[in-house]
Amino acid sequence: MTATSTERNAQGVMEFIDPVFTLSDVAVSYSDFLAVSNVNLQIPSMDVTAFIGPSGCGKSTILRSLNRTNDLIPGAKVHGKISYHEADLYDPKASAVEVRRRIGMVFQKPNPFPKSIYENIAFGPKVNGRPSKSELDVIVEKSLRSAALWDEVKDRLNDSALSLSGGQQQRLCIARSLAVDPEVILMDEPCSALDPIATARIEDLMIELKRDYTIVIVTHNMQQAARVSSYTAFFVTEVNPLGDRRTGKLVEFDSTSKMFSNPTDPRTEAYVTGKMG
Amino acid sequence: MSDLSKAGTSTAEGAWLAPSAHLRRRNFFQSIAVNVMRIGTLVTALITTGIIFSLIPPTIELLGEITTQVFGTTWAPLFLPPEFGILPLITGTFVIVIIAMFIAIPFGLAAALFLSDYASFNVRRVVKPILEILAGIPTVVLGLFGLYVINPGLVEKYWPIGESVGYSAIGAGLMTGVLTLPIVASVADDALSAVPRAMREAGFALGATRREVATKIVFNAGISGVVAAVILAFARAFGETTVALMVAGSYPKLSLNPGDPMQTMASFIGFAGIGDQPTDSTGYKTIFLVGSILFLVTLVFNLLGNRIISRFREVYE
Repeated sequence: MTATSTERNAQGVMEFIDPVFTLSDVAVSYSDFLAVSNVNLQIPSMDVTAFIGPSGCGKSTILRSLNRTNDLIPGAKVHGKISYHEADLYDPKASAVEVRRRIGMVFQKPNPFPKSIYENIAFGPKVNGRPSKSELDVIVEKSLRSAALWDEVKDRLNDSALSLSGGQQQRLCIARSLAVDPEVILMDEPCSALDPIATARIEDLMIELKRDYTIVIVTHNMQQAARVSSYTAFFVTEVNPLGDRRTGKLVEFDSTSKMFSNPTDPRTEAYVTGKMG
Repeated sequence: MSDLSKAGTSTAEGAWLAPSAHLRRRNFFQSIAVNVMRIGTLVTALITTGIIFSLIPPTIELLGEITTQVFGTTWAPLFLPPEFGILPLITGTFVIVIIAMFIAIPFGLAAALFLSDYASFNVRRVVKPILEILAGIPTVVLGLFGLYVINPGLVEKYWPIGESVGYSAIGAGLMTGVLTLPIVASVADDALSAVPRAMREAGFALGATRREVATKIVFNAGISGVVAAVILAFARAFGETTVALMVAGSYPKLSLNPGDPMQTMASFIGFAGIGDQPTDSTGYKTIFLVGSILFLVTLVFNLLGNRIISRFREVYE
């Protein structure tokens, strides 16, 4: 399943062959508040990597910095270096719009546009190129099939996306992100607003999608991380000695099986066994 | 707190569920509050229906006398013999309203999109109050500006055709546009700013630019509020009296040339209403006739607006 090697560099960071992302000493601050710091990790291609940890540990912040969604928040700044393949993601010459076309995102709450199902999928391809109507039809069907939603909606593509159930809306959002042919899909707690059945469907979908896409998922659900991911990063919140500043830190990054059975750091063990967080 | 403990020690069967003195006091104030609200609602409704019913009798009385004339092209109800062709008032009103909307809608919507999706927090903090100040300028000041600056300085110098008499429909249209622009900008900005951030983030995550997010997602999602803003501005321009009276003059000329002086329905009422019109005279009844028409047209546009809004209304959650 994991054709990638698991060498470790001098700092003990797990290294992969041709990783999608390489984070070196990454920190993210909002104005003068340091949200998360000292993150060193690599994210392998065509696999699912999970970020877990208690609230406020910076896992979502790191996820959002992987496609420059943080750029949209005034005062947010990424320090250190995030490489996307060979390129520096935050190079002044790099375009955030181009970055986000290649690195899609699915959010915590399903957020379909108040448009038809068809138009939701077609929006991305339309802004990124000038597809013909027939090309669009093909993209819409392919994306909906990939997101396991086609059979449920094929007869009502012109209905409002808001008429779908929460789970369907979230799969629509996944289909929408697939429609622009990204390489990576970032998922920020994609199941936290869904019931268990809808959650199971999304998890199946993630396992399905990792054949073609690199997936990074933030989740509060330990079992979910164990079920869908091959690698897991565990973050905690560290409080400074004065007790007035909380900063997220990466504790450990390893294969999911090791993280859940035999983690190196006692904090990881405490968290995954439910003694903390 | 003390009532609770007392209630617990009460011995009478069921009495511990009876309202305490404290709760009775709260219920008393509750009933006062409800009645105040009820009276407020009643007064509002009564005023509206009262105005409508006061318009009707003189209107019907006059219509009985002049039915055949209202479609004519000469409006001279206060002359002898009076003529009641209302067409010049209708064209005058629409010429001025349309010019105003050509100013208010594009600039207002552009300002709204800028404020909601481009402006930084600091720019917004400065510009939004400025818009509200602009909305609060007395119309008579705008009328003076139109009469003494726009008409002689702009219209008479640069408008190629028309009667140069110091008044012009285009001057009135421009000033009515200035008057309604902040309404469009402010109401539409409120609607666009209320579009959830998640909508914008979804658009950005698909590789859309800021402009594409603003015009194709935010604008669409907030369309009902945008339509409401436009209708509000339209109704305001339609009923605007002072600016039309001061800048376009009181000459009901049948013309589509915006350089000409014109009279609107509202400005006729303003004009005739301040003159000496003996009760039950023809002039007096004419004011009510025009008032009825103005009311009907506004009503139709409001209903139309509500229909459009409910058609576009989208629920986010």
